[in-house]
Amino acid sequence: MTARRGRHASWGLRPALLVVAAAALAGLSAQVPAEYGDVVLNKRSDNAGVRPVVFPHWFHRIRFRCKVCHSELGFTMRAGANDVLMANIIDGKFCGMCHNGQVAWGAEQCDLCHSGKPGVKSGIYGSHETRGPGKW
Amino acid sequence: MMNDRTRSSPRAAPRVAGAAAVLALALGLALVLALGLGLATGPARAQAAPAIGWAPLAGDGLHDPKGPAIGLLQEPAAALSVLPPDTAGNKVGWMRALDGGFIKPRSTINPDLTVNLRTTEVLLKRTGEMPMVRFPHRQHTLWLDCVNCHSGMFEMRAGATKNNMFLILQGEKCGVCHGAVAFPLTECQRCHSVARGSPEAAAFGQGLVRE
Repeated sequence: MTARRGRHASWGLRPALLVVAAAALAGLSAQVPAEYGDVVLNKRSDNAGVRPVVFPHWFHRIRFRCKVCHSELGFTMRAGANDVLMANIIDGKFCGMCHNGQVAWGAEQCDLCHSGKPGVKSGIYGSHETRGPGKW
Repeated sequence: MMNDRTRSSPRAAPRVAGAAAVLALALGLALVLALGLGLATGPARAQAAPAIGWAPLAGDGLHDPKGPAIGLLQEPAAALSVLPPDTAGNKVGWMRALDGGFIKPRSTINPDLTVNLRTTEVLLKRTGEMPMVRFPHRQHTLWLDCVNCHSGMFEMRAGATKNNMFLILQGEKCGVCHGAVAFPLTECQRCHSVARGSPEAAAFGQGLVRE
């Protein structure tokens, strides 16, 4: 590998190296673009063959105070600690308190919540600033 | 820079290889910056805060850019660029957004539910060489209910709960929210705001709590 690289620092390899360098840098900053407080829920989605859920805190806090979900609806304030099934949501629990077609879109709009890239890991995202409670 | 050295072999033309490495790095960086900046930085926001804007959902690393939700879901820049700016977290001054009426988030789903508000302030004195911490109930209860912090996480009595930066940095106590959704732990002075011997410290008198 080293010998090959040494011999052909040629233009043939240059685009490949560029792509590798860009990918490495993009990988390093993979968490940076996500919005602060974004949560990915993928405990079951990948296995069930649907996209993971992306929950944006920013979107929800514009419309609801924290206490609505974290007190009234019963979401524990720890990403990953809430074991929510689609059956619960359809029953009007958790997300289903609002995602019922009245306050917000209903559970039949699968793709709007299940909008994540397949394979994205569960957790809280949004740069180094979220590392603390990101533990699971 | 270290890449220059590791990548240019002494047997190959070192200058060409070195220059190519620099070029590759520069282009890579430019690509990443372009990705990070996205097209999200609105002109109005660019004036308000020079910080990097909000990534479009299709480029945030979480959403499936080929999924049907892109184009239907609200983009962060569309919602956040019109709110009072900040330098950290969502780059929104959420308290100013709330106090200023820029946002009107609901307090309950069930209209019969009691909304608990409180305005007392608590002084946390044992902060080593850092300024002391002033905990304002007003801002916290505007967002949260008493039960979110009491009594599981914090005792009701001021000074009774063990708390320190080690716990907070691990996502416990204040760190449950600060560093996740509330302003991040890079903003030391927002909590550590009361200098010892200052008029603000004197306002607490001998106690830890004031109205």
